[in-house]
Amino acid sequence: MNIIVCIKQVPETTQVQIDPKTNTLIREGVQSIINPFDMYAIEEGIRIKEKFGGKVTVITMGPPQAECALREAISLGCDEGILLSDRAFAGSDTLATGYTLAMAIKKIKEFDIIICGKQASDGDTAQVGPGISAHLDIPQITYVKKIEEIQDGHATVERMTEEGFEILKTPLPCLITVVKEINEPRIPSLKGMMKAKKAVIATWKALDIEAEEYRIGLKGSPTQVVKIFTPPPRPKGQIFDGTPEESVEKLIGILKNHLI
Amino acid sequence: MDYLLTENQKMIKDLCRQITEEKITPVAAELDKSEEFPWEVMKVIAKSDLFGLYIEEKYGGMGGGVLDLCLATEEFSKGCGGISVCYAASALGTYPIILYGTDEQKQKYLPDIAKGKKLAAFGLTEPAAGSDASAIQTTAKKEGDHYVLNGTKHFITNGGEAEIYTVIAMTDKTKGARGASAFIVEKGTPGFTFGKKEDKMGIRASATRELIFTDCKIPKENLLGKEGLGFIVTMKTFDMSRPGVAAQALGIAQGALDAAVKYAKERVQFGKPISSFQGIQFMLADMATEVEAARALVYATAREIDSGNKDSGRDSAMAKLFASDVAMKVTTDAVQIFGGYGYMKEYPAEKYMRDAKITQIYEGTNQIQRNIIALALIKEASKNKK
Repeated sequence: MNIIVCIKQVPETTQVQIDPKTNTLIREGVQSIINPFDMYAIEEGIRIKEKFGGKVTVITMGPPQAECALREAISLGCDEGILLSDRAFAGSDTLATGYTLAMAIKKIKEFDIIICGKQASDGDTAQVGPGISAHLDIPQITYVKKIEEIQDGHATVERMTEEGFEILKTPLPCLITVVKEINEPRIPSLKGMMKAKKAVIATWKALDIEAEEYRIGLKGSPTQVVKIFTPPPRPKGQIFDGTPEESVEKLIGILKNHLI
Repeated sequence: MDYLLTENQKMIKDLCRQITEEKITPVAAELDKSEEFPWEVMKVIAKSDLFGLYIEEKYGGMGGGVLDLCLATEEFSKGCGGISVCYAASALGTYPIILYGTDEQKQKYLPDIAKGKKLAAFGLTEPAAGSDASAIQTTAKKEGDHYVLNGTKHFITNGGEAEIYTVIAMTDKTKGARGASAFIVEKGTPGFTFGKKEDKMGIRASATRELIFTDCKIPKENLLGKEGLGFIVTMKTFDMSRPGVAAQALGIAQGALDAAVKYAKERVQFGKPISSFQGIQFMLADMATEVEAARALVYATAREIDSGNKDSGRDSAMAKLFASDVAMKVTTDAVQIFGGYGYMKEYPAEKYMRDAKITQIYEGTNQIQRNIIALALIKEASKNKK
């Protein structure tokens, strides 16, 4: 079983500051971690390997320092890491990111299952996983909370929906995105950490994956971020003193003043 | 303070910190209450290869030393002194095998201990033999291919939970301390049973039980070293393991200090956080200074042992004595900083204080440590005179 896990390095906080001039995230001074949802994808990949044998390859696209996210994945039990890093990839939106990752997976050639976290904690789009499957033209199942079985070239999984869950069967290769209910990510082992420290991480550039220039980076990203902002904090409420009758009268007065 | 740890040692610290934050701290208060043995945490530690830190690679370990073990114990102790002692006591039970075991004995027992498949324990103390270890009553009589053990050990950490026990028994009572020998006894051996589980003041997640030997027959191959070496095995084992108790004390002290700093910043009285009051600041400053001094002594001692110094008894006693006294003082002060809340079980301070107390008592009371240190001084002085 050849398993591919796609991960993203994200800032370690949910309260990211935004630069109002450039409309981008301020990353300085914020530590980077593996996107929490991707930790479940890594764990599931390793569990599948432990059950069926094979290899887990973990891929990320990002700046050179994203390499440490790959090393962490290796310390947990992934076998190989591939870093997609090239100035040409900079400014990718979800369409270009999905395409780039798909091209890297095509270069790997042999794969049975691709696992992604359901979404990244910084962008929160949940589009890249499905995007990869579309580019590769393979089935996708999102929000998977359990892999029931993998047998005879098919996978049967439970998928969370708003109302409950669905049980779906798909031929392999396929792509799944996973939710946190699927497992409990392990803690690395010391031997794993030592292996990760020594691991050779391959870095692939746009040329290596034969990506078409107009489909990657800023050029391949039709999404335009018009504005990004932190919503202003909700202003303080007003409490009226006095008897209920007086308070209601005051409230009605204020509402009327606001043209209601 | 930078202790110039190796990359590997930094990795051990980081890994143990993660285990402490994610797996130990969240269950510490509950296990303190229920006295349930922390098997779940032991499994995590086992999977992370940490039971093998100080065991040679050829026996399935990581090939590290006492400092590695101390770093792990310190980190775990920040979360729970009871859980950390389950880990450290396994090392205490293992050191006699590492120090005096034959290759066959090591091949047989160390790989399972290194993988965390089996815990170990050390059995010396008896109801009438605490600080005076030469007063032990348990006997081992040689009969053909076997030794037959009779007697009771008590206050044995990991008793009942461990699979492998190193036990000190008298093979020749007429010789006094020179008549003691060390044996490996496996759980499940006929005639080897466990007594009641003790209800303790602190380190309540750990199990402390009696070991009862009634005509317990063990193969003669289970003798460690030679007959009569029992006390030497014990002393040399303690020289290796005392930095571990010191590291446990250190971790408890650091955990209490961290909690006190956090609380002092949050607690508001007279319209200000209490951390802005000099009375609290001075306490915190003293606590931090003492903890750091203890750490320096513990690490230096562990390094000295790892460098091959065979005569580390005095330093190892100093590390244990100093770090445990610091732990008692710092945890008591932490309760004081928490005020009324510090006295309540809802807050972590009182548990640190209860857990700290045992570190002044076990593996040689601090009075015994002072004896060891003083004797070494006197011996050294007489040597210089000649």
